Amino acid sequence: MKKAGAAAPEQAAREAKPEWQLRLYVAGRTPKSSAALANLKRLCETHLAGRYDIEVIDLLVNPTLAAGDQILAVPTLVRKFPEPIRKIIGDLSNEERVLVGLDVKPVP
Amino acid sequence: MNDKTKGSDLPLQKALTGIGGLDEITGGGLPRGRPTLVVGGPGCGKTMLAATFIVEGAMQFGEHGVFMMFEENAQELAANMRSLGYDLDKLCRQKKIALDFVRVERSEIEETGAYDLDGLFIRLAHAIASVGARRVVLDSVEALFAGLSDHAVLRAELRRLFRWLKDQGMTAIITGERGDVGLTRFGLEEYVADCVIVLDHRVSEQVSTRRLRVVKYRDSSHGMNEYPFLIGSDGLTVLPITSLRLDHAASAERIATGIPQLDAMFGGQGVYRDSSVLVSGPPGTGKSSIGASIANAAWARGERVLVFAYEESAQQMVRNMRSIGLNLERWRKKGLLRFHASRPTMQGLEQHLVYVYGAVREFKPSVVVIDPISNLSLHRDDAGLKSMLMRLIDFLKQSHVTAVFTSLVGDLSSVDLGSQLGVSSLMDTWLLLSNLQSNGERTRALQVVKSRGMPHSNQVREFVLSDKGIHLVDICVLRGEVLTGRRRVGALDLEVVAAPAAAVSGAQLKAPPKAKAKKKVIPKAKAAA
Repeated sequence: MKKAGAAAPEQAAREAKPEWQLRLYVAGRTPKSSAALANLKRLCETHLAGRYDIEVIDLLVNPTLAAGDQILAVPTLVRKFPEPIRKIIGDLSNEERVLVGLDVKPVP
Repeated sequence: MNDKTKGSDLPLQKALTGIGGLDEITGGGLPRGRPTLVVGGPGCGKTMLAATFIVEGAMQFGEHGVFMMFEENAQELAANMRSLGYDLDKLCRQKKIALDFVRVERSEIEETGAYDLDGLFIRLAHAIASVGARRVVLDSVEALFAGLSDHAVLRAELRRLFRWLKDQGMTAIITGERGDVGLTRFGLEEYVADCVIVLDHRVSEQVSTRRLRVVKYRDSSHGMNEYPFLIGSDGLTVLPITSLRLDHAASAERIATGIPQLDAMFGGQGVYRDSSVLVSGPPGTGKSSIGASIANAAWARGERVLVFAYEESAQQMVRNMRSIGLNLERWRKKGLLRFHASRPTMQGLEQHLVYVYGAVREFKPSVVVIDPISNLSLHRDDAGLKSMLMRLIDFLKQSHVTAVFTSLVGDLSSVDLGSQLGVSSLMDTWLLLSNLQSNGERTRALQVVKSRGMPHSNQVREFVLSDKGIHLVDICVLRGEVLTGRRRVGALDLEVVAAPAAAVSGAQLKAPPKAKAKKKVIPKAKAAA
């Protein structure tokens, strides 16, 4: 399933930081946040396996972080890297749109 | 501490806004613990009003606040508020207010699946907690409609947000853009229904005026009118047209006018302190000179005088008054005189009023000269002028200022009462100047049309301007205000000037000017020759 060409140069970088830095903002354990996290993990494993890092931030625990990334809606997925920053809101149930939002070329 | 319950039968709590006038109209401020909707088109001053509410709350009333903005960022807001004399950065550092800029950019947001606005709630809750806020502004949540495509979710969330603000006991201002169909473009009034204030900005006769109206105030009485409001260098002011009461103290002290013979016409004591004096007349009759003379008398007492000059520049006035022996420059150097010379028609009347208020508060004069009020409006029968003067006079009286207004009337020898009546009813003392023409010469004449609360002469007196000042020519052997038939005849018509021809009084009329005013009668003599 992996793209061989893309995976090779990433091999070295993976030790430091994966190419895809994703941050998921949620507010407590809600059905929406659980769904979003599950959807995100599945999607990443499918299309970005080995090249991603997901950080989940619970705004109920860390409310100060909401302003920094201009979080308004939850769940919000923020693509920190590669730049530019992109934001996807919702429970990420529409995979196609998430891929468009992240600008990920789907693996056929 | 800052609560002010208005109606005795209504337990509604209110929160003062600190905006002069608005608290009067609303009978004590906005509904406490509830959201108020402020609606207006672009540039109406919604943000300024909302920010003033927050800042004054923190500075004056010990209520901290959160300003959540969706359109401009914190730096822009701080810069705007600095122009009103507020230092937002300092208040932020003191943890009295919190600013949060919520940027909503449609192009940066992809929507996939269900979401809610808990992020916004958390930010707001965090900001409220960080400063212990009692007041909240959302300016303007409508930006969310542009940023998020799922309006059904958004509406549900806004409803929840306003509900939540109420539950938190926040006194809040929600701003909204004026809509074409409804009150607001996105129907915010549906959610915020306790109090609605509409701001408006319109241009009439090329002069723009902002207006404010309280459309709705649940469970409370409020002023229903449209009130002019201004954004000046010292903040926002709403001008209630009718709320001023007539409760100023009346001074029994009398002050000299600087013209002994004129004082004599008021029973020898001059006019009441803190009263309003109107000096009206056609061009060239000496209105400004009389105004300057009253000011000069104040300086002689060591008092401060503020002069609003609408026809002449300060330098011009100084020069011109020197010709009647008044040295204005001297008083200016002593700090007893301040000029404000401008073309008043460039500003709206309200703008002007606030400007005068500010200048009076700052300089604290005991006499204010406005020369002339007829220049304040391009239109003679401007209803706004009278209401403005009414407010101005009330303000000056409450500030213990004697006000001298000059007013230009048409070049008529007869009294143009019609155009003056509207304004003159506001005045305590009215001096009418006129030009009398006879025997190939023009003579300035003065009469006291009215002077409330004191006996005053009903003579028409000739007066001359000379380098010694203003001098009223004696017209009769008898001094004082006791009137004789002979004088009455003189007061009726042109007899005052024609009098020289008459045997008895003529001699006396001619004598004093020569003795006292010396050469000033020369033009007359020349003309006669």
